[in-house]
Amino acid sequence: MKLRDLIIGLALTGALIFNLPLSADDATINGAGATFPNPLYMKWSAQYYQLTGVKINYQSIGSGGGIAQIKAKTVSFGGTDEPLTAKEQDENGLVMFPMIMGGVVPVVNIEGIKAGQMRLDGQTLADIFLGKISKWDDPKIKALNPEIKLPNKPIAVVHRSDGSGTTWLYTNYLAKVSDEFSKKIGNGKSVAWPSGNFYGGKGNEGVSSYVMRLRWSIGYVEYAYALQNKLAYVQLKNKAGKFVKPGSESFQAASVGADWKNSKGFYVILTDQLGDESWPITGVTYILIHKNQPDAKVGAALLKYFEWCLNSGGKMAEELDYVPMPKAVTDLVMGALKDEVKSNGSPVLK
Amino acid sequence: MEKTKKGLRYGFGDKVFKIIAVGMAAFIILIMSGLLLELFEGSRLSLKKFGLSFLTSSEWNPVTENFGALSSIYGTLVSTIIAMLIAVPLSLLISLFLVELAPPFISKPAGAAIELLAAVPSIIYGMWGLFIFAPYMSDHVQPFLTEKFGFIPLFQGPPIGIGMLSAGIILALMILPFISSVMRDVFKMVPSVLKESAYGMGSTTWEVTRKVTIRYGIKGLIGACFLGLGRAIGETMAVTFVIGNKHSISISLFDPGNTIASTLANEFAEASEPLYISSLIHLGLVLFLMTLVVQVCAQLWLKNVQRKMGGGL
Repeated sequence: MKLRDLIIGLALTGALIFNLPLSADDATINGAGATFPNPLYMKWSAQYYQLTGVKINYQSIGSGGGIAQIKAKTVSFGGTDEPLTAKEQDENGLVMFPMIMGGVVPVVNIEGIKAGQMRLDGQTLADIFLGKISKWDDPKIKALNPEIKLPNKPIAVVHRSDGSGTTWLYTNYLAKVSDEFSKKIGNGKSVAWPSGNFYGGKGNEGVSSYVMRLRWSIGYVEYAYALQNKLAYVQLKNKAGKFVKPGSESFQAASVGADWKNSKGFYVILTDQLGDESWPITGVTYILIHKNQPDAKVGAALLKYFEWCLNSGGKMAEELDYVPMPKAVTDLVMGALKDEVKSNGSPVLK
Repeated sequence: MEKTKKGLRYGFGDKVFKIIAVGMAAFIILIMSGLLLELFEGSRLSLKKFGLSFLTSSEWNPVTENFGALSSIYGTLVSTIIAMLIAVPLSLLISLFLVELAPPFISKPAGAAIELLAAVPSIIYGMWGLFIFAPYMSDHVQPFLTEKFGFIPLFQGPPIGIGMLSAGIILALMILPFISSVMRDVFKMVPSVLKESAYGMGSTTWEVTRKVTIRYGIKGLIGACFLGLGRAIGETMAVTFVIGNKHSISISLFDPGNTIASTLANEFAEASEPLYISSLIHLGLVLFLMTLVVQVCAQLWLKNVQRKMGGGL
């Protein structure tokens, strides 16, 4: 009886001791938000930790979650694919800046068709996602692809089942190029897709796996997912009337025309931009932080991390098929951050 | 503490134990009522805007903010019914085999294996369903069903492998080990003297099983079914992966649909507008009430069975 009590007592004490918070650098900065940049943010934070010992923890819970959490101040920074207007930023005391670019690409699974082979344009794409075009050998698709033998099979359309910035960007483009799409379905993180051969996959991963497995299907995913899963992306006809393939060149071409300097709060939407090389469904993923940082040290660490990402993280981004912001824009961003992010009145980063 | 034999029965420890036990029971009821209240509070916006039409409309449009739960309710019921239709007879047979017929060198490891299956996390079932089961369904099972039973509207439609039928089968596989192990325990509790008396009077194995074993444990068996039902109704991740997530009602089992749980899992994190969130909480309330109704029906049925069949458990 006595020995047993002794052992239990020791075990409990040991558990207590070994679970006490152990000393020093618990400097973890928390962020949450969009799933699109998650692979990149994880790589960046791992590298930054190697260099500086500062831990950045990012949870990919989705753009909506990111916005909600930064507004609730449970995280230090939020990530979102859907930009907040300058008014919304001011109302919530937030600063928004662009971190990395990417694009949404339509992907297809048709026997014999390889990546970049099929051609579509905005109107046709919108009609497919409206359910108006339901077979692959529809005359509208045939007209754009005269050299491809298209099968007489029903199109299985895959969309996102969860609310997402990817859907927001994609429907933003379709609503711009098709009045009917804008009226019937609209632009949103989550929309009511028409009935018919429509399937919802969870996350970019879900859509990728559905498209991979459903023959004669079409879906939309972020470019990185299309590359990594070796999906057959399509060429799109951009506003200038040229057919372009997705990739860093066409994403950067789309951002060239954007007026970053005069857009208040860096609110820029890059879909359907002019330019011969522009990819029509380019998007930017943003970071949201509070204008007034309660803890100056945390604020400074945060801004130093972002400065490192914007200035030195480009190569790692490209390795993962993301597209870094051009230098002109990153300079603007750093200027804005130095000016606007303050702690108790004085700027956090000099 | 009094040390006399009589004294120990009215000891201090008993009083303390009683207070703690009653307290814990009251705590559970408190939590449940609190949960119900919170659900009502959260769905107030949606109740005000949609009222009862929420239960009859199948439109789910986050852009125009028009929500209706019918497709989710339908999906929950259909996938659960499919799961129960498959799982209950199979579980009954498995547990009967393990208890009545199998020699110990089979029943012991098989029993352990079933307990293990019951412990596999549901998301594993979902992933297995998406990557392995769905292609199997679309390549072999669905074309077979279309060929043989294609005239029934239940089995019409493109054989893509994901949809209501796949979700129902995955759910069945999930609740099968659970129901089997509970049924096994029920059968083990049938007193052997009862069975031996029946054997002694010349009954065959099947007669003993049907008229003695099952009758004796009928309450426990029904209870096991309802436990499985409760799990299937609320199952989230396994269903989300393979049901196709579409807010529409369709007769064909090959078509995609959605359940309340899968809709909540998909859309709650990103919902930012108050009415959207309120409608999702309203969905949660509907599920809560559905489960409550199922439990009440279970209790009533059990009481009825107790009256009709007697039974010791």
